[in-house]
Amino acid sequence: MEPATARVVIIGAGHAGSNAAAFLRQYGWPGEIILLGEEPVLPYHRPPLSKAWLKGEATAESLALRPAEFYGKQHVTLHLGTPAEAIDRGAKTLRLAGGEALAYDHLILATGARARRIPLPGADLPLVHTLRNAADADRLKAGIGPGRRVVVIGAGWIGLEVAASARALGAAATVLEAQDRVLARVASPALSAFVDAAHRRRGVDLRLRVGIEAIEPDAVRLADGTRIPADLVLLGVGAVAEDALARAAGLAEPGGGIRVDGSARTADPAIHAIGDCTIRPLPGGAMGRLESVPSATEQAKQAAADLCGRPVPAPEVCWFWSDQYELRIQVAGLAQGAAQGVVRGDPAAGDRLAVFHLDAAGAVQAVEAVNAAPEFMAGKRLIALGRPVPAARLADPATPLAALATA
Amino acid sequence: MPKVTYIEHNGTEHAVEVPVGLSVMRGAVDNNVPGIDADCGGECACATCHVFVDPAWEARTGTPSEQEASMLSFAATKQDNSRLSCQIEMTAALDGLVVRMPEAQH
Repeated sequence: MEPATARVVIIGAGHAGSNAAAFLRQYGWPGEIILLGEEPVLPYHRPPLSKAWLKGEATAESLALRPAEFYGKQHVTLHLGTPAEAIDRGAKTLRLAGGEALAYDHLILATGARARRIPLPGADLPLVHTLRNAADADRLKAGIGPGRRVVVIGAGWIGLEVAASARALGAAATVLEAQDRVLARVASPALSAFVDAAHRRRGVDLRLRVGIEAIEPDAVRLADGTRIPADLVLLGVGAVAEDALARAAGLAEPGGGIRVDGSARTADPAIHAIGDCTIRPLPGGAMGRLESVPSATEQAKQAAADLCGRPVPAPEVCWFWSDQYELRIQVAGLAQGAAQGVVRGDPAAGDRLAVFHLDAAGAVQAVEAVNAAPEFMAGKRLIALGRPVPAARLADPATPLAALATA
Repeated sequence: MPKVTYIEHNGTEHAVEVPVGLSVMRGAVDNNVPGIDADCGGECACATCHVFVDPAWEARTGTPSEQEASMLSFAATKQDNSRLSCQIEMTAALDGLVVRMPEAQH
């Protein structure tokens, strides 16, 4: 264990950073913990920004990850509106905005991700928005309402969630996607098809395989010359690791992101990195980014455990969720590279879908579920168990999940 | 203010005050009680705020909704008194509630 004077500084007060502060105290870190947040507000839940917050169903209080008094009670020094500007790894010192120096014994980088921008004429017009933080969400909220025409560029999770919220708020929604299906990067074709149909059924004008020529002050112009009138445009074309600080300190990969191991350690023994800014070990052994709250929480645990001299938790089954309309989408594991996809039940029967993805040995490596919590939970368990499951029994709703998923 | 006692898997007890209207999950998170992760923030999407309700309190905490029961159905450590603590709302009648945490949340 470290001396009681050791100071951990955490840069970034999102899910990853603020959870790391909490876990450090839970695990008995005896020294100082300083949490630096760039934004002026208490650390908050990010997932509701595109959903409940946008629809006016959440309050600042319900959005906060923890109440203001938490930090004092836990002896965590929280500096909001305080971005770090440089890391001096040799001197183990940060330079803060304003020039102040801050020494650290251990540093945790939790700088998150920022919205990807694409070089599109008109992309900096005032009607164009991106969505990463609460300030973005407030601007977006002010522009979405009955009769407004919202055009979303990119049919990924954020884009589709905003389209669903826009419809719920009475706005018209058009979604433009360059690929031949929605969620092309993150979902199987079966889930893409299901989500596609759900949006069209609820009045979203969804256009696939479209190229965009330019954004104009009141429209989006497509490559084929079509003009789609717009009051507001959301660019939802992915996120890139916010690694500028790490890059200047020689800790970022050429292609972006901070490489870490299963204990969230970077190449510098005094620096851990967690959350969306990292390139981390993935299920199956590859390295990659995993942008999700559960992954941020898991890595926060890894870093805190490592610093406190506790065993680092066993690799988790990664998972993710999205709410669109009355659809609850839950995904566990990674479907990429699966040998076989098994649909359980009849997806045409209603607002419900479950797809299990089996690896070459016949074990479940991923599950995608829509309004199918039992299948999601059973799938998560099967992924953890890692043993082959007969595909035919998995596909047959008459075979109880309990018979397959209880060891 | 009503109190809840959270008992970690290793037996460590945490008695904290939880305001009426907040969930039992929120009471744990707001007081940094170990053993409740609450990844999804109370959306009943993750089952990482799983607790065992002390038998003396089961009748007063009620029964899980269908969504909650589904999420619990394949929890590795499920028992008859399993609940997701984000789905138990604190009331004055729950003053003194005792819940225990499983060894791990996934």
